[in-house]
Amino acid sequence: MFRTTVRRFGCLAIFGVALLLSGCTGAGTDTASAHAVGRLDPSSHTPTVDSVRRKGFVQCGVTTGVAGFSAPDAQGQWRGLDVDICRAIAAAVLGDATKVRYTPLTAAQRFTALQSGEIDVLSRVTTITFQRDVQLGIEFPAINWYDGTAFIVRRALNVKSVKDLNGATICVSQGTSTELDIADYFRKHHLKFTPVVIERLEESTNAYFAGRCDAFSQDQSSLAAVRARAPQPADHVVLPELISKAPLGPGVMPNDLRWMEIVRWSVYAMVNAEELGLTSATIDAALNSDDPSLERFVGKNGGFGEMLGLDASWAFRIVKQVGNYAESFDRNLKPLGIERGLNRLWKDGGLLYVPDLR
Amino acid sequence: MTPAFPLVSGSLRRSLRRSRSSVMVSAILIGSSAYAAFWFLHWAVIDAIWTLPPGADSTACRAVAGRGACWPVVTEGSRFILFGAYPYDQHWRPALACLMFVALYASSAVRAWWTLWLAALWIVVPAAAIVLLRGGVLGLTNVPTDLWGGLPLTLILSTCGFEAAIPLAVALALGRRSAMPAIRVLSIAYIELIRGVPIITFLFMASVMFPLFVPEGFTVDKLLRAQIAFVLVIAAYLAEVIRGGLQAIPAGQHEAAASMGLNYWQATLLIVLPQAVRMTIPALVNTFIAFFKDTSLVAIVGLFDLLGAAKAVNVDPKWFGFSVEVYLFAGAVYFVFCYAVSQYTQRLERILKVAAAP
Amino acid sequence: MWLASRNPRTRAVIWQAIAVMAVAAILAAIAMQTAENLRRRGIASGFDYLHRAAGFEIARGPLSYSSGDTYGRALAVGLLNTLLVSSLGIIASTGLGVVIGITRLSRIGIASTLASTYVEVLRNTPLLLQLFFWYALSQSLPPPQQALNPVPGVFLCFRGLYLPALAWHDGAAFLDWPELVGFDFRGGTSISPEFAALLIGLTSCTAAYLGEIVRGGILAVDQGQKDAAAALGLSRGRALRLIVLPQALPVIVPPATSQFLNLVKNSSLAVAIGYPDLISVTNTTLNQTGQAIEALTLAMIVYLAISLTISLCMNIYNRTVQLREDKARPRMSAPHVASHHKVSTLDCRITSLEPPPLKLRPTFAEAAMRRHSRSR
Repeated sequence: MFRTTVRRFGCLAIFGVALLLSGCTGAGTDTASAHAVGRLDPSSHTPTVDSVRRKGFVQCGVTTGVAGFSAPDAQGQWRGLDVDICRAIAAAVLGDATKVRYTPLTAAQRFTALQSGEIDVLSRVTTITFQRDVQLGIEFPAINWYDGTAFIVRRALNVKSVKDLNGATICVSQGTSTELDIADYFRKHHLKFTPVVIERLEESTNAYFAGRCDAFSQDQSSLAAVRARAPQPADHVVLPELISKAPLGPGVMPNDLRWMEIVRWSVYAMVNAEELGLTSATIDAALNSDDPSLERFVGKNGGFGEMLGLDASWAFRIVKQVGNYAESFDRNLKPLGIERGLNRLWKDGGLLYVPDLR
Repeated sequence: MTPAFPLVSGSLRRSLRRSRSSVMVSAILIGSSAYAAFWFLHWAVIDAIWTLPPGADSTACRAVAGRGACWPVVTEGSRFILFGAYPYDQHWRPALACLMFVALYASSAVRAWWTLWLAALWIVVPAAAIVLLRGGVLGLTNVPTDLWGGLPLTLILSTCGFEAAIPLAVALALGRRSAMPAIRVLSIAYIELIRGVPIITFLFMASVMFPLFVPEGFTVDKLLRAQIAFVLVIAAYLAEVIRGGLQAIPAGQHEAAASMGLNYWQATLLIVLPQAVRMTIPALVNTFIAFFKDTSLVAIVGLFDLLGAAKAVNVDPKWFGFSVEVYLFAGAVYFVFCYAVSQYTQRLERILKVAAAP
Repeated sequence: MWLASRNPRTRAVIWQAIAVMAVAAILAAIAMQTAENLRRRGIASGFDYLHRAAGFEIARGPLSYSSGDTYGRALAVGLLNTLLVSSLGIIASTGLGVVIGITRLSRIGIASTLASTYVEVLRNTPLLLQLFFWYALSQSLPPPQQALNPVPGVFLCFRGLYLPALAWHDGAAFLDWPELVGFDFRGGTSISPEFAALLIGLTSCTAAYLGEIVRGGILAVDQGQKDAAAALGLSRGRALRLIVLPQALPVIVPPATSQFLNLVKNSSLAVAIGYPDLISVTNTTLNQTGQAIEALTLAMIVYLAISLTISLCMNIYNRTVQLREDKARPRMSAPHVASHHKVSTLDCRITSLEPPPLKLRPTFAEAAMRRHSRSR
């Protein structure tokens, strides 16, 4: 009698738990197979590339909305300089620049998401620092934007230079290198400030607009987007002074060298295309060109695609579907009034000096 | 004692027997609460903006900011607060899931229906709700868990967490009272460790450290991580409640069971546990209410439950600054659920006390 | 077979061995996998990071700190902030909780209704929501330029509450007044809106629970005691203070202890509104260093220590307020028994209805009789 009751209880419990687990883990493994992998082949040397090919899309970690770098437009499509990097990678690996899914991440969440395999590549205005490279173990294959930390203040405060911000209250986003840069700068110049640290970027900027802080600090190019979001943009001014360097670039995990190379050369391909004068409109004509560098670029000879594990026209597809670096800039950052500045080609006096495809 | 003057009715006699000071205090309290109610009525109803023309921005609201409430924040944002980022056209699915949960709670309130079928329902309904929200079967479009949010998320986290924690809690409670020292020590260590530490640390652990605990490439989505953390935490708190119930069972019950030839497990499952659980049902339901409120903590780790979604509504520059209205709405939703359940608990306590009285 | 061994002692040993081995196996598997993952990702291990410069700033608090100080000092600042808000919260919520509990039992209808509404609203909404609400309210205060100035030297704006402070200069103490200079108020001391919102939120929420506990304690006191106090002519207030509350304490203290522990744990919600408590600083640390395990373990150990300390202190207090069982339950003694009043200051129980020799406010009846006898 007791045994039958126990058996009934047991069966019901097992059945119920199985049902529940299937429901709950259906959420887990389903997403797992959709996002990354159920289980990676540990003997594979290119786990990320394999997983991207198996899934059929690139999972790209982006900001929660910084206009010009990664922000959804009115139709919900993600656009920006960092978004174009992810699209270029997808065009190279999967043949179609639209095969990207975006994960909005706050500054505090971004590295965990990358380390846990939730995303394949982090293209999120991330400053490359020693700590992130060495201590967090993240690899930054290339720099796609040279920037620096700057401040936005209210025009009415009549602040001409950062040193006038002595005693001010400054809003920052949590988990950014900006937090550390400001602390260093103020300590070096024996100035004082009160930090207001808020995790989400939008809440941080909202606190600044509300007047909770006197100034807001971030990479200078992102501040243009911040100013555009203000209730009265004319009331705010971005100080021209940069208090630190901020080289921004996509980040990947070091467990897949091939993936790292693909990301690196996708960025370099876009810059090389600008150097060679190739745009999404003119790349078709380059197929018939005799110029050896163009032939290598579009994949007619050289075999670079196979060395990367891709097909020969990987760079062709990048320029055709996404454009070269200048096109990406003109599309995303020029409308915000941002100058190329340091981000010009080395021939034009900037810092973009990347190895050739040879 | 003879009153110095004739009194007409009992209540008048009672009210006049009060001292002057209590009459004065009454008058002050009535006066100030009337004033506060009047002010609130002005802010919430009379001076408030109820609707905005479609497509208009919030200037009308800003004009009365501080004096009158801006209810369009709630009306236009209510679907986001209640359902999160779920695809707009599929909102019937989370709405149906919420109704299923409410029906489950309501049917659990009827004592006549406390049978094994109800227990099975408690397992089937959350699983069905999860399947409904996820889709992918029966012609429903697949919606990944990143888009789940609002009230369904709160209900799933609390209900699934609670019922998955019950077996573990029973095991811990029995283990803590066990005569075997090793098991007792393990149970005590687990319970005291989890109860002595803020719940938010476990949520951080789950979201940041969990990826470190699992083999490379195996990823579990954010919602499941938070769910597991809640299950482990709820189990510890429930174990204490069940232990209280077990302690209240008189030793005579154990002795009678032993004298009938039942071994430990038979006595526990057939005699002791049912009585203990029955005695502690009000406390169990109170714990459920407490964790229903505590699911709001997932707003801190980036999940958009009811509170997280409410907070996110204010990030939109259009609605920036009108947080009070949004929090009142979210608070009202929480209050409705928790108050209803706590009133039911109080009634249940009275009924059970009467029923248990010899 | 040997699991169902006849000898209960053998069974017990075997079960324990299985349990310990299973738990050890799970923990070992997790530890090995974690070590492997850490090694593969190149994340450092160990607590050396505590001696490295933190590099980030923390809002001004009780301990002086600058971005060049170590992570260890930053965590100490966070811990001090947690202890500050927790201790102030415990004291304030106890006072408010006692008031709420007594008010709920008041005969004044409006007072008990207000107290009941307060308790129901605060107990049925999440604490995090309340904290956000209080913070949002603080942000709707005017800007520094139009700060509220109720009393000279006290300014209230959305940047905080500014108060004059005692300062020392050249050996002489003087009052440092806050004044608006440029961006902000200089001088004096300030209470940030984050701190104020956290303190008010924690206090009001815990006071609601404590109010219920106090009410339960007062209701648990034997009705006979209250009747005896009334018969002795003690006013309700004095009866409450001298007789009822002290006897309610043994019932109140254990649940109040768990509420105090909850308050300390809930102070960790400061991370959501930007107050730099221990969890908030731990969060920043683990974001900057990547060493999540060490940072969170340290935070958990600290919280366990704080919980243990509070439990210990409250248990000691609990023992002192226990009713001494040797003093008997209230007896109705005949008037001719010894006339010294038996309202012992130690246990406050009324053990006899002998009128005490202390001078009480005359009751209405006594005063009337006295008037009547004087007029004779």
